[in-house]
Amino acid sequence: MASAAPPDTARFGSSGSVGATLFHAACFGAATLLLVTLGGVVISLAIGGWPAIEHFGFGFLTSSEWNPVTEVYGAAGPIVGTLVTAALALAMALPLAIGVAVFLVEFCPRSIARPIAIAVELLAGIPSIVYGMWGLFVLAPWFAEHVQLPLIMEAEPGSWQEKIFSGVPNGANIFTASVILAIMILPYMAAVFRELFMTVPAQLREAAYGLGCTPFEVIRSVVIPYVRRGMVGVIMLGLGRALGETMAVTFIIGNAHGFPDSIFASGSTIASTIANEFAEATSDMHSAALVALGLVLFLITFGVLAIARALLGGQRY
Amino acid sequence: MDRALVRRLSNITFIILTGIATLIALTALVLILWSLLSKGIGGIDSKIFTMTQPAPGSEGGLSNAIMGSLIMCGIGLSIAVVVGVLAGTWLSEYGGNTPYGHVVRFLNDVLLSAPSILIGLFVYEILVRPFHGFSAWAGGIALAILAMPIVTRTTEDILSLQPSALREAGMALGASRAFVIRNVVWKSARAGLVTGALLGFARISGETAPLLFTALGNQFFSTELTQPMASLPTTIFQFALSAYDDWQRLAWVGALLIAVAVLSVNIIGRILAREARRS
Repeated sequence: MASAAPPDTARFGSSGSVGATLFHAACFGAATLLLVTLGGVVISLAIGGWPAIEHFGFGFLTSSEWNPVTEVYGAAGPIVGTLVTAALALAMALPLAIGVAVFLVEFCPRSIARPIAIAVELLAGIPSIVYGMWGLFVLAPWFAEHVQLPLIMEAEPGSWQEKIFSGVPNGANIFTASVILAIMILPYMAAVFRELFMTVPAQLREAAYGLGCTPFEVIRSVVIPYVRRGMVGVIMLGLGRALGETMAVTFIIGNAHGFPDSIFASGSTIASTIANEFAEATSDMHSAALVALGLVLFLITFGVLAIARALLGGQRY
Repeated sequence: MDRALVRRLSNITFIILTGIATLIALTALVLILWSLLSKGIGGIDSKIFTMTQPAPGSEGGLSNAIMGSLIMCGIGLSIAVVVGVLAGTWLSEYGGNTPYGHVVRFLNDVLLSAPSILIGLFVYEILVRPFHGFSAWAGGIALAILAMPIVTRTTEDILSLQPSALREAGMALGASRAFVIRNVVWKSARAGLVTGALLGFARISGETAPLLFTALGNQFFSTELTQPMASLPTTIFQFALSAYDDWQRLAWVGALLIAVAVLSVNIIGRILAREARRS
């Protein structure tokens, strides 16, 4: 018996070496299936979207005319809508998420911090359709009445305010969609930031306090620099969520094609366009154009997520 | 101004700002939960579970959608648990440190946060278009693809927490590696493996986007796996965007049901996970 063999090459025993090989093969097959799935997503989107890519060429990305009647499809409107809503949502959610995480880790009494942290983590798991419904039935009407109308009323004709705030005052627009997205990614980002801040060794903090730093200085000069890489990774993860989110946005963005001309105008994102039109696509070119949109979304999110994972390295959230 | 004073002031401002941020975040979330409860709880009665979805203006419930969600989540979860546990086992016990293992782990993490609507498009391209029809199978498989990465990752995490002395002890008795994994490592990690399945379930039970063009939806009660099938999320989507008050009320009830289901599954999963780590 090879009693000194290292464990990972050991194949002792008679408990069915055929079975053992089969089991190993099944595990390997399952791991490979994950790769095949991801590869299959890219390939099927590329094949399904090819007619549209071939027909419209690069103009598919730059034209903003999307017209199923005349069979002209340009994706600039949804692409810009996707990027703008995700960026706005991130701008709103990021300071809040960092604030929540810092408060919970550094300032909040332990006895309250734990329940709040658990609540925040649980809320991160609520399905997006719930956020979307709240946006549609609660946020949009409130926003139209208390924010949008007053702003439009006050804007002087011809002024820059008029241009930025113009739009149908029904509360379904790019700005409210961003607010919903922000509320949705906020608990997720706060929970991950909190875990990240807790990885900072206590000695570092104590050393800084020992030098006479205030809590603010400790966080700014010790805690945040220590986890900077991870923070960028988390921001990218949040951005990835916001870019690909479908239901929360579809409810409230107004689903207008074309280039949005103000942040209070109705718009669309790639995901909302696909969700709205795909099941009822009128022609082959229409569905090909939608699949090509999906490919664009995949490439954008894949890039963002790959950067996030690379930055987060071994840490996994 | 005095330097010490500036430092103290900026410190106090910072603390207050983080407190305000927490307050804003909690307010937004409480508002959402409050709307969900106040608009949904009044509509919950036995009809919700016994009657199928109504025509506008008549009485009805959500039984077809609830049944459809259970069936498709069941299909999705069964596939995801088999694939995910095996893949997670491979990553933790066999090839996790090979270059191929690193690639699998990396891409699994990407798949974990890939937009769910793209998974719907993928399943449409490979299952719905070639076979000319929306079906519960397609919906279940789309959900399986969404749950697989979660189960894989939880499995890997929980298996790598198991002490290597366990494996060595098993092998020292002359058992093969596969035997040890199945009968020793999996057994000692059982609670963790269940957690992975629960987290997967929590993720897919509220998913709408991948079902829109795989299972499509169905206004009748159906358990036929080759036919379109209703699900709670797609029914909520359809009802919430409709112009009928009674449909919108049902949509809130459905949203409340989903939220309660997801929250309770998550809570059970967390409790189990804690036990798994403790033991």
